Amino acid sequence: MRIFNPRQHALHLQVLWIRVCTILAMVALWEFAARSGMFYEGVIPPTWSVIVALVQELISPDFYVDLGLTVFGATAGFIAGSLIALVIGIVLGLQPFARRVFEPFITAIGGTPKVIFLPIIFLVFGLGIESKIAKASLSAFFPVVLSTTSAFVQIPKILLLTGRSFNLSTWQMASKVYLPAMANPVLTSLRLAMSMSIIGVLSAEIANSQGGLGFRLIRYADQFRIASVYADAILIFATAAFMNYALSLLQGLLGNRGRKPTAAERAADKAALAATSGA
Amino acid sequence: MSNQPATSRPFLIRLFSSPGFCSLLVLVAFLLLLEGLVRSGLVSRAIVAEPSATILGIADLQAKVDILGALRSTLTSTLIAVGLELLVAVPFGHLMYKRRAVGIAYTSWLASLSAAPIFLLYPLFLVVFGRNQVTLIVMGFLPGVIPLILHVQEGFLGVKQTFINVGHSYALSRRAIFWRIMVPAAAPTIATGVRLALMYTLINIVAVEYLVDVGGLGRIVADRYFRFDIPGTYSAIVAVAAVSVLLNWLIGRGEQWVRSR
Repeated sequence: MRIFNPRQHALHLQVLWIRVCTILAMVALWEFAARSGMFYEGVIPPTWSVIVALVQELISPDFYVDLGLTVFGATAGFIAGSLIALVIGIVLGLQPFARRVFEPFITAIGGTPKVIFLPIIFLVFGLGIESKIAKASLSAFFPVVLSTTSAFVQIPKILLLTGRSFNLSTWQMASKVYLPAMANPVLTSLRLAMSMSIIGVLSAEIANSQGGLGFRLIRYADQFRIASVYADAILIFATAAFMNYALSLLQGLLGNRGRKPTAAERAADKAALAATSGA
Repeated sequence: MSNQPATSRPFLIRLFSSPGFCSLLVLVAFLLLLEGLVRSGLVSRAIVAEPSATILGIADLQAKVDILGALRSTLTSTLIAVGLELLVAVPFGHLMYKRRAVGIAYTSWLASLSAAPIFLLYPLFLVVFGRNQVTLIVMGFLPGVIPLILHVQEGFLGVKQTFINVGHSYALSRRAIFWRIMVPAAAPTIATGVRLALMYTLINIVAVEYLVDVGGLGRIVADRYFRFDIPGTYSAIVAVAAVSVLLNWLIGRGEQWVRSR
């Protein structure tokens, strides 16, 4: 039975109050900016216009076609990029010399803006969905490979020795020892990688595409349908948040979410974060 | 002998067992392989530029598109954005530390926002501010300020109560406790936040420069690509990547310097 704690209850009320006030203040500020005449007409549409545009998007069948393209590109790219990264991360973890040889390249490219590689991706994969998947893979790859390598290096030696003393095969070592020992940091990096995949697909769609939510948003901007741009941006944020939430649930099921992370897990999270840099 | 000291081993063995040298060797081997594949026609020149042409083309870029000027433009936008981020993030992060309810109310919102595709908002800022540096600064500011706020809060939360108690026992004023105890103790975490903010800001500014074809380094890549100058595009990508790597290295060294003090 939960015991009523008045101080905790007051804190919850305060938090709720701050959040509600923030939302109301933002809406009021928005309305003021829309009606003040400080900006060109239509640049900041009234909130009501955005809500109408949002409903129009939600009842438009085309929207779901574009949503499907973006989600498919992001998911396929995420799976491909993360799987390759997991395998390479484990190999680099197993081979310290190889890690020291290849890690500088991975760290260096991980910190560069991936969007500049779009011309190469378009030249190699064309302008279709393949290039969007390739961009999503590239974006997902770096946080996962850096986190996996970092997490692998910090697996307690006793677990590796126990696995070897039982003569486990490579696959058994991977599935029974490496992956369970690295579960939390790898799952966190997978969550980051999913966000990066969505951003990767959207940037490719904005740069060159005939479909997808990024293409839809930029087309509305070109047509100066600003309310629809805001509506699409909100829907894209919601999609990204939903996919992030789904992976958080998975992390809760497979990992040990909620407990305090260890130093090794924090190091792996930091490695992933360094390669998670938006576009 | 396996336990022979490293210095007494032959020079070549020492060289080949050095990871740095092997990294260089891997890079050279990869470039030579690519050169051979393109020259033999197995990989089309319309898709991949010869590495030799790419490297030689970097010098031409300066004459064609003023790469140093582009670097200056991108760095100016980045530094202005990071300056603004510090101005906003330090007081706000401190407020989130000081007022627990404010911290709880905003931490999860900010954490969610940090994973959101914020760069998508650039068409809106283009409409509001125009196709100029202000849009780039705003687009760099938004993704950079979020990790910085969270790290400032985390930095202050990580200050041990014992340190503050020692300050009180010396009858230090609240101002002195803040500047002489809390800020130095939180500095390493804040430095990590500044590093992430700099990286995110730089990357997002380059991304918007590429997508909008305005400003510095990102625009160079877009410019070469839209002219279908394949070796020039590759040269521009290599140049921008090299500059990013150098800046990230410098930022990392700066963070290490702060942490060591």
